[in-house]
Amino acid sequence: MSALSRPLARLLEKPWLWAFVGAALVWLATIPFTPGRGAGDVLTAAFTFATFFVIVGIGQMFVITLGPGNVDLSIPATITLAGSVATKLMDGQDALIALGFVAAMGCGLAVGVFNYALIRALRIPPIIATLSSSFIIQSTAIAYGRGLRIKPPPALAEFTTARVLGMPVLAICVIVLAALMSVVLHRTIYGRSVIAIGQNQRAARLAGIAVDRTRLATYVMSALFASLCGYLLSAFSGGASLNMGEEYLLASIAVVVIGGTSVAGGFANLPGLWGAALFLFLIVTMLNTYGLGAGIRYVLTGLIIIAVITAAGGRKPLR
Amino acid sequence: MTAPIVELDGVAKSFGAVRALAGVGLVVDAGTCLGLVGHNGAGKSTLMQILAGTLAPDRGRIGVAGQDLSRGYDVVTAQRHGIRCVFQELSLCPNLSVAENARVFHPSIRGMGWRRRAAELVVAGLDRIFPRHGIEPGEVVGDLSIARRQMVEIARAFSVTDVPVRLVILDEPTSSLDALVAEQLLAFVRRFVAEGGSAILISHLLGEILETSDRVVVMRDGLVVEARAAADFSRESLVAAMGSVAEAASDRAAGFVSRRQGEPACRASPADQGQGPELRAWPGEVVGLAGLAGHGQTDMLVALFEQLGPKRSALVAGDRQTDGIFPLWSIAANISVGSLRDMVHGLLIDPGAEVELAEEWRRRIGIRTPDMANNILSLSGGNQQKALFARALGSTADIVLMDDPMRGVDVGTKQEVYAILRAEAARGRTFVWYTTEMDELAHCDHVYVFRDGRITAELAADALTEEKVLHASFADEAA
Repeated sequence: MSALSRPLARLLEKPWLWAFVGAALVWLATIPFTPGRGAGDVLTAAFTFATFFVIVGIGQMFVITLGPGNVDLSIPATITLAGSVATKLMDGQDALIALGFVAAMGCGLAVGVFNYALIRALRIPPIIATLSSSFIIQSTAIAYGRGLRIKPPPALAEFTTARVLGMPVLAICVIVLAALMSVVLHRTIYGRSVIAIGQNQRAARLAGIAVDRTRLATYVMSALFASLCGYLLSAFSGGASLNMGEEYLLASIAVVVIGGTSVAGGFANLPGLWGAALFLFLIVTMLNTYGLGAGIRYVLTGLIIIAVITAAGGRKPLR
Repeated sequence: MTAPIVELDGVAKSFGAVRALAGVGLVVDAGTCLGLVGHNGAGKSTLMQILAGTLAPDRGRIGVAGQDLSRGYDVVTAQRHGIRCVFQELSLCPNLSVAENARVFHPSIRGMGWRRRAAELVVAGLDRIFPRHGIEPGEVVGDLSIARRQMVEIARAFSVTDVPVRLVILDEPTSSLDALVAEQLLAFVRRFVAEGGSAILISHLLGEILETSDRVVVMRDGLVVEARAAADFSRESLVAAMGSVAEAASDRAAGFVSRRQGEPACRASPADQGQGPELRAWPGEVVGLAGLAGHGQTDMLVALFEQLGPKRSALVAGDRQTDGIFPLWSIAANISVGSLRDMVHGLLIDPGAEVELAEEWRRRIGIRTPDMANNILSLSGGNQQKALFARALGSTADIVLMDDPMRGVDVGTKQEVYAILRAEAARGRTFVWYTTEMDELAHCDHVYVFRDGRITAELAADALTEEKVLHASFADEAA
């Protein structure tokens, strides 16, 4: 084997490769048909929206990595609640930005602890527990945010829409965040514990891993990331709304799976989230550019996702 | 005299490298009950599975009522010739009712009103064997207690529709029944035999075997070692026939020095011990947990592990796939997971320390692989087990708990591991070792014998004989 082909072979083994390949292909297929707007503009928009997918995707990825049955369905409701609470508290004033952030994180902490209490103390399967808690969270958000028409603080809104050389500042921050979480996943005891539990929970317990503490931390972290998303999203889109979290339920799961993380747990990676989030946004852009009807757009989105997962599924994660 | 109901000759069966049956002959006459005894792994259950048709033998002859049925013998053939089996692991469907389970077993019940007829059949069977059983045919099996499920299973095996029942195999039928119900069952077996039926009874309760059987067959290491009329056996001679008493000389017994001074490293009692000895282990001691499989030894180890915590203790799993291996990880990661706390610098795990630990144990315990970064499943079973030993021994825990860890491990590997255990114990580590192999108890300083979740005997190495262990394993009638 030559010196050049070895790194190439290692790259081809990476589970997240296909998400990026897919995103690049879709982008290339889109730009010839975007008159007036450059290829760069499409990319800027993709990074802007993918940022929010990635934020919730990180939390969902850690939860899914805990093993079969683990998934957080309360993410959309948590986004809505944290967004509404933060927006209302900040009341459009720059001086209260920090307070809003703390309040949003408080929402996340409460939701995460509540979710895990349902799972652990009442022994409800996570999929049911987080689904039912999401009804409670969503109703709380509706009751709290009734008649909500408040603008976000201007400084925060400006931050969420700022750009450097065409690149959204928020996207750069979240790339750094993803890199940081990658280190957490692979190099900390917490991250190792998550991966071990996802492979074999009983073996993890018998190997001395603090299973309960790790699972609690993971559900809390997922809710915190959802809250962060809600906080930033309400600032980005000019205020909170009661359906702002809607599209993030399927998106959070889709970016995890397309990114090459194992749905069966015990195997995860961070870069794939970015590849998958860009890919998801670019597909929609491409199909919109082609001017297709809504029905055919959904069918094609589904088919393309299946194609990418099939292409990525060929390899065996033996390491 | 008519032909025997069942005639097995030269039946052999191997699972991979493990030889479960090494050429067994067995004859069951009509109108008799045959008692079958032997230590764990003697091959009793394998032999019965072959007779019931659920396992195919590698070679050997199977004759039923004078016919040679060796070719293509299976469950359907066995059923057609009236051979029924009550397995140790119950075979009822937990989501169906008692009556529906009876129907599954008797396809001839069909058409309108099948549920009622199935209910009548199973209730009649229950009434016949277990008067005042109190089981409703409409109850869902999953809601019944383990004893009641066992009763339904037995009643179903004896119930007749189109084929007469000629031979019923009862594999440990009384293990989950209380004394009264067990008495009812054994009395029924005697009546069934007196009416011309045949039965094979497997039990670890030797009194039961001697009272109920006409003949007793003793198995050891996949062979029949004795077959005589039940009246010719006593409890003592039966125990002696099952074990190899003469070979029980222990390595530890010669020049045995007790380490039992000062404070024990750990102490614990099984949950339902009540009166009786407490498990204690001193630093530098190898403590053995003996007794028949599944009598509370694993629970004891898990309880000890939870009591001591992962800082002080480490556990070596015996059931590798369920309790030990992380299948997506490398060999190195599977070893280092037991020592992560000691490899953290600042907040992060040091990858250099991981590689170092893995390489050290590859050398010390001889894991055969070109690269410790390879996936754990690339190793043979014995080498996977070595990795699990390395995980526990490589940690800083001073108490190592071992859950029958030599299952399916070859002789060479065993010798290597024994040597490491002795060396580590000499350095002051404590080992608590559950084993089902009598030979391994010879490596222990002190042995606790378990039965029914309780410790029934405590033996120091210089007082250890196989006979004493067997006696304590079957202690109920003696007490």
